[in-house]
Amino acid sequence: MSSTWDVVVIGGGLAGLCAAIAARRAGVSVRLLECAPSAFRGGNARHARNFRVVHEAPTRYVPDAYQAREFLDDLARVTQGDSNPCLAQRLVAESETIAAWLMANGVPLQQPNVGVVPYSRRTVFPLGGGKAMINALYSTATDIGVAISTDSEARLSRQSSNGNWSIDLTTATSSPSSIDARTIVVCAGGAGADPAWLRSHYGDAADGFMVRGTPYANGRMLADLIAAGAGTVGDPTICHMVAVDARGPRFDGGIVTRITAIPYGMVVDGSARRIDATGAGAEPTHYARWGPRIAACAGQTAYLILDADGLQRAAPQAFPPISGATIADLAEALGLDPATLAQSVNAFNAALPAGAHPIASATFAAYPMRPGVTFVHHGVAVDDHMRIVWADDRRNDTLFAAGMIMAANVIGRGYLAGLGLTLAAVFGRLAGTEAARHVHG
Amino acid sequence: MSTADTSTDELTAEAERVLRICTACMYCDGLCPVFPAIDDKHEFRLSDLNYLSNLCHNCRGCWYACQYAPPHPFAVNLPATLAAVRRRSYADHLWPPVLGRAFGSPVTGIAAIVSLIVLATLAFVLLSSPPAALFGADDSEGAFYRVLPWSIMAGAAGASLLWAVACIGLATLRFWRTMAPDVPRGALLRALAPALRDIVTLRHLGGGGPGCNDVGERTSHHRRLFHHVMVAGFAGTALSTVSAAIYHHALGVAAPYPLASLPVLLGLVGGVVMLAGIAGLLWIEHRADTEPSDRTEVALNVTFLILLGLVTLSGLAVLAFRETPAMGLLLAGHLGLVFGFFVVLPFSKAVHAPFRAAALLRAAAEKAAAGARSKRDRG
Ligand SMILES: Cc1cc2nc3c(=O)[nH]c(=O)nc-3n(C[C@H](O)[C@H](O)[C@H](O)COP(=O)(O)OP(=O)(O)OC[C@H]3O[C@@H](n4cnc5c(N)ncnc54)[C@H](O)[C@@H]3O)c2cc1C
Ligand code: SF4
Ligand code: SF4
Repeated sequence: MSSTWDVVVIGGGLAGLCAAIAARRAGVSVRLLECAPSAFRGGNARHARNFRVVHEAPTRYVPDAYQAREFLDDLARVTQGDSNPCLAQRLVAESETIAAWLMANGVPLQQPNVGVVPYSRRTVFPLGGGKAMINALYSTATDIGVAISTDSEARLSRQSSNGNWSIDLTTATSSPSSIDARTIVVCAGGAGADPAWLRSHYGDAADGFMVRGTPYANGRMLADLIAAGAGTVGDPTICHMVAVDARGPRFDGGIVTRITAIPYGMVVDGSARRIDATGAGAEPTHYARWGPRIAACAGQTAYLILDADGLQRAAPQAFPPISGATIADLAEALGLDPATLAQSVNAFNAALPAGAHPIASATFAAYPMRPGVTFVHHGVAVDDHMRIVWADDRRNDTLFAAGMIMAANVIGRGYLAGLGLTLAAVFGRLAGTEAARHVHG
Repeated sequence: MSTADTSTDELTAEAERVLRICTACMYCDGLCPVFPAIDDKHEFRLSDLNYLSNLCHNCRGCWYACQYAPPHPFAVNLPATLAAVRRRSYADHLWPPVLGRAFGSPVTGIAAIVSLIVLATLAFVLLSSPPAALFGADDSEGAFYRVLPWSIMAGAAGASLLWAVACIGLATLRFWRTMAPDVPRGALLRALAPALRDIVTLRHLGGGGPGCNDVGERTSHHRRLFHHVMVAGFAGTALSTVSAAIYHHALGVAAPYPLASLPVLLGLVGGVVMLAGIAGLLWIEHRADTEPSDRTEVALNVTFLILLGLVTLSGLAVLAFRETPAMGLLLAGHLGLVFGFFVVLPFSKAVHAPFRAAALLRAAAEKAAAGARSKRDRG
């Protein structure tokens, strides 16, 4: 294909799909490049469940109301102000129409009275989860004429004198080639799935990290952009990480390996001594506190110790717990020193922290844990048209970015449940629309 | 009541592994009742596996929606896993139990038995009726009974039907006993209406709204539609038989009946409609992705559909050629197929209907007993 595409979208996650569909619906030619094989297309939306939307009144898919003001306040609270106010406002405002837009593009949503989803007035749930949503969007994109290639990794190369971009393409099956584009929307996700990149920012400890999401969001595109002079936001050494089951896969463990039962037991490190994550408690935010705490342990490994009572209270996990009839048995099964573990348990029971339960009733159980990276607070700077802002503050009318690769503009730190998908969909749609508008001139 | 049996075979272990991942995930909870039924479960007894596998309608929605489908290392394939458990649940509960053992290779068994019965019927007719009656191009009143006397025809049909009903009934009872819910009788009563609605409407072939993944990644309502069409056609032919019985006993008129009579019209329309449904379902089986299914279950489906199709086709052939010399043999062949169909019914795919109905009743009963449950907030 020697022709020049109006819009080339790099990355077939939620942001890329929304950009491609929005651009195509605006009447321009669109090519979508996704480096993962088709079984793993869709990026991290595959692992996501719900997304946050503003709504003034109850709808079929979300109860009660969630005002723009509340969303902005929530955002300001978790980011402690580390957020571009203009982009934040745009995100919040456009979240109000994103659910209907996704539905119009084939995504079925789940009604709150169907199944067992928890009550949530802030978020809506795609029926069947993120992967079902991704499948629906791929079908729609195909139907409306977006040219889609999976197994195709893009590397940005150069801009020619007429302003068009040339993109180098590596595919699993054919020899390297290059394609031309009038505009590019980069939706290649954040950094963090590349072990070498992680090691360069987190040291040797990074080898003990799990990556909860897709290995294909490898950050090479982000590195290309930074090398080309793109401005950056956020901090590569700050990431969102949670405790995950150490027995899970290095990549792509998704939601099911997250250890949810920490508030019902006690955590010890490899020396069987109790550790605590300051201020973790039982709030939903405790997840994000435990990740870094475990990352600081020797071997990036810690153990959650539960008794029969705590296990009963806990939500089911993907892997069965390791169990022992006595604390000594359990220590043995875990390869920990029995005497130290017994001491730690006794000390814990003797001086129970507020809200904690004693570890007393057999059978005892344990989960080995490691830190699992969800995403890194680092990406390219964009303006409110989703144009990449260069380090010297220039911007380029033909180069856009959306989704996790620019998320740090809005969430410089912290996280809100359901924000990632909303951000990818809203900014993806916006970037696709802006790119098409540029093509139309 | 449920038995806390602990089987350690491979299939059970795989089902437990997969369900454990699903319970931790639950992203598919809106697709079908299997997911609400595993919510917050830490372990699964064999009775639960039997229940869950029959609650699954094999809509395949959770295969395409699964973030852990192979090549992911978790290799979750819930539809295929549940299909294998479901097939075992049939084998374990069939009655008489010896059928369960024969169920090991159901397709060969079904083909062999039906062929044998058809041949036996043909042989009987050839040996017992005079050639004049058999090849006489006779369609006057009572002609059918000159091929095979009414008493034998009705006797064989009645006996084979009774066998089918008794076996399937007892199998369903055995199945219900191993997995009946632990709920008050009141809840069970309250569950009857909603369960019946789910059974009749095939609601769970709706994939929670958009339809099931009949053949691939896209959803449609075709399977549900063709299943309804097939059952409607079957109901038509069943009514045809009932009306014929009324003609015979109440009105004293013997078959064959005129084209414009109720039995013939119901049979004709029902037969054609049923064939349309069967063709649709076979077409879907033929095009469907094989990965999320269990090969033996597919073979069972196809065998059953082909057998039902042959019964219907042969019935229509009798009607079409009843004025020709071929009528005698066609009728004998059709009757042989009908007898054979009923004889093999208790170890054919037909058992899915009462087993699934039982599972839906348990699901509805548990829902009725639970009432409004409190939900966790995910923020
Ligand atoms: C376990 C987990 C659970 C989550 N749960 C939720 C949730 O419940 N709600 C929520 O809102 N958010 C959730 N998130 C966050 C959410 O998934 C992400 O914010 C969102 O999916 C980001 O979408 P994206 O398209 O910007 O990037 P990504 O999903 O990272 O997609 C990037 C895509 O680009 C492709 N790609 C990368 N480089 C190239 C290249 N050079 N050439 C071609 N293609 C390339 C990748 O293969 C990938 O498909 C979760 C994340 C994880 C990891
Ligand atoms: S089938 Fe897959 S996505 Fe669906 S609940 Fe099970 S593990 Fe989760
Ligand atoms: S195949 Fe359909 S009916 Fe069966 S478990 Fe999956 S979603 Fe439920």
